[in-house]
Amino acid sequence: MSMQLEQSPTTGDEVITNYTINFGPQHPAAHGVLRMVMELDGEIIERIDPHVGLLHRGTEKLIEHKTYLQALPYFDRLDYCSPLGMEHSYVLAIEKLLNLEVPLRAQYLRVLFAELTRICNHMMNMGSHIMDIGAMTPNLWLFEIREDCLNFFERASGARMHSAWYRPGGVHQDVPLKLLTDIADWLDTRLPELFEDALSLVADNRIFKQRNVDIATVSKEDALAWGFSGPMIRGSGIAWDIRKAQPYDVYDRMDFEVPVGTSGDCYDRFMCRAEEVRQSARIMKQCLREMPEGPVASTDRKVVPPKRAEMKSSMESLIHHFKLYTEGFHVPAGEVYVATESPKGEFGVYLVSDGSNKPYRCKIRPTAFSHLQAMDFMSKGHMLPDATAILGAMDIVFGECDR
Amino acid sequence: MPVLHSAPKIASNEGVLDALVAALGSKVVSAKEEHGEIVLTIARDEIENALRILRDDHEYQQMMEMAGVDYPSRPERFEVVYMLLSVTKNHRIMAKVTAAEHTPVPTITTLWPNAGWLEREVFDMYGVIFAGNKDLRRILTDYGFEGHPFRKDFPLTGYHELRYSEEDKRVVYEPVKLAQDLRQFDFMSPWEGADYILPGDEKAPEQPAPAAAAPTPKATEKPADTGAGDKANEKAADKESAPAPAKTEDGKAPEAPKETESRPDDTRSDKGDAK
Repeated sequence: MSMQLEQSPTTGDEVITNYTINFGPQHPAAHGVLRMVMELDGEIIERIDPHVGLLHRGTEKLIEHKTYLQALPYFDRLDYCSPLGMEHSYVLAIEKLLNLEVPLRAQYLRVLFAELTRICNHMMNMGSHIMDIGAMTPNLWLFEIREDCLNFFERASGARMHSAWYRPGGVHQDVPLKLLTDIADWLDTRLPELFEDALSLVADNRIFKQRNVDIATVSKEDALAWGFSGPMIRGSGIAWDIRKAQPYDVYDRMDFEVPVGTSGDCYDRFMCRAEEVRQSARIMKQCLREMPEGPVASTDRKVVPPKRAEMKSSMESLIHHFKLYTEGFHVPAGEVYVATESPKGEFGVYLVSDGSNKPYRCKIRPTAFSHLQAMDFMSKGHMLPDATAILGAMDIVFGECDR
Repeated sequence: MPVLHSAPKIASNEGVLDALVAALGSKVVSAKEEHGEIVLTIARDEIENALRILRDDHEYQQMMEMAGVDYPSRPERFEVVYMLLSVTKNHRIMAKVTAAEHTPVPTITTLWPNAGWLEREVFDMYGVIFAGNKDLRRILTDYGFEGHPFRKDFPLTGYHELRYSEEDKRVVYEPVKLAQDLRQFDFMSPWEGADYILPGDEKAPEQPAPAAAAPTPKATEKPADTGAGDKANEKAADKESAPAPAKTEDGKAPEAPKETESRPDDTRSDKGDAK
């Protein structure tokens, strides 16, 4: 930590000097590479200037140099805690430009795994939030759940984290029936046991409440003005959920409730996430019940490559396969902004196409950017240790924030 | 066209475009609805007022995102796009302005505080200046970075790279050195209007002058010219053997090497020796 003196106000005959400290870039509670220059008056936070961009990789520029399909795996690497949530916005944006119909089973599979991603993400966030506050055990239990989720991703896509499983027109591969039955068993047994156990340690815990209740209260007006979304806006009492309000895929068929906070503090945001996990489990169960049989990707061969087996016997399939994996598909010129409810909030993709096989511009709207920007006004007047609680309740991942 | 895709369904666009154009009047330069998105292009100097009207009178409470786009061929090459969301009407629109390098866009931090970082990002990436933004620092690039990396004329590889130097015990900045040239694959089919002439195309129309834009195809004329950049060329040059001497030492031209296989119509005396 570096310290430096600054000119500062005087009270009476005492000269009180504010001092600035660096929070991060290497700090376990910074949830990645965040550097916050904090101006402190004693232990009271006067001003915070977050310096982001230490993980900037130029993803949007790289995407401009790749075909639409090649650009897809970059989205896994944005918010690496909820990779499929990132892919979801991107494939929907492409499908919107192409006006491409997605088979029903693929839509169900996407919703199923988007909700699994939400659970996976919230386990990570809630666990680390609790640990930042000082409790160790719940984090270990929640990571058990996260490990299960990652195993399910692996069985569906072959990769634990960077799945690249959603594709324009559907999903890459169908899932085995055993995976679906295993997920159903897991939703009935392991998830509620582990999750409710872990939560019972913190939800009514006196220390946890002392560290979170009435910390960084955000009013409805502020939440709207600062561009909040996801659990951050719901924690402030606005029942805004894109899955409900602007349903995509089969969310309009799903029966779930949107949890809303009452006071807009860190505790409300935390409990919103806790309830979202239960609602996600509910959506997943409904998906498993209702999922129809059928194709898992569009049969439009100008967008979706044929299966390998088909390729061995059909000349046309072979040509399509070759063309789609070299040149890729062309997307009609135009611009769309598609935003979905990622676990962290509104994750948007502004896609500009010039009619070629590469995106002309792909602007990614990270959730963290707006939330982290509000760090200054949310922490003002709080104590230094509250900064970690505020940051934990924001749910920030720098792969996404810095792109 | 019927909607087939399953992207988020917002409230109906019907009548919204006309109502907004009427409300904004002369502030709107052009307006369109394509792919289910309403896009209003607004006069640059009026953007703050226009967005204020949209926010206060038309319930677009949230400014979710701001995006810069670079179109180098246009006179005002940049576009700044604002994505507005109404949580009460459940509707989204886009508003955009155009700008050049030296034409500042009025800030909208007066309307939404979260515009501050978003404007900083557009400034950082494209160099668009926002008049009235009190904190227009770079945000995503490195401390002391020069240039605006998302401009179309900024190379993908950038100009500087950094590494930890063991000798200096610190991170050093160096010009980018690539072991292999950055490859840009061209996917345009020659039948679909690629605007360059393929090497060896005899039917191609006469080129008036050596085309400045046409990329010369990579050729490997000698072993040291690997086509993979300077580093690889140097490596290959080590292994390259000296060229064969044109004449033998006694002045005679080297004889043709002996044939290595017999041919069916060969009637010479050494026919049987080849076996």
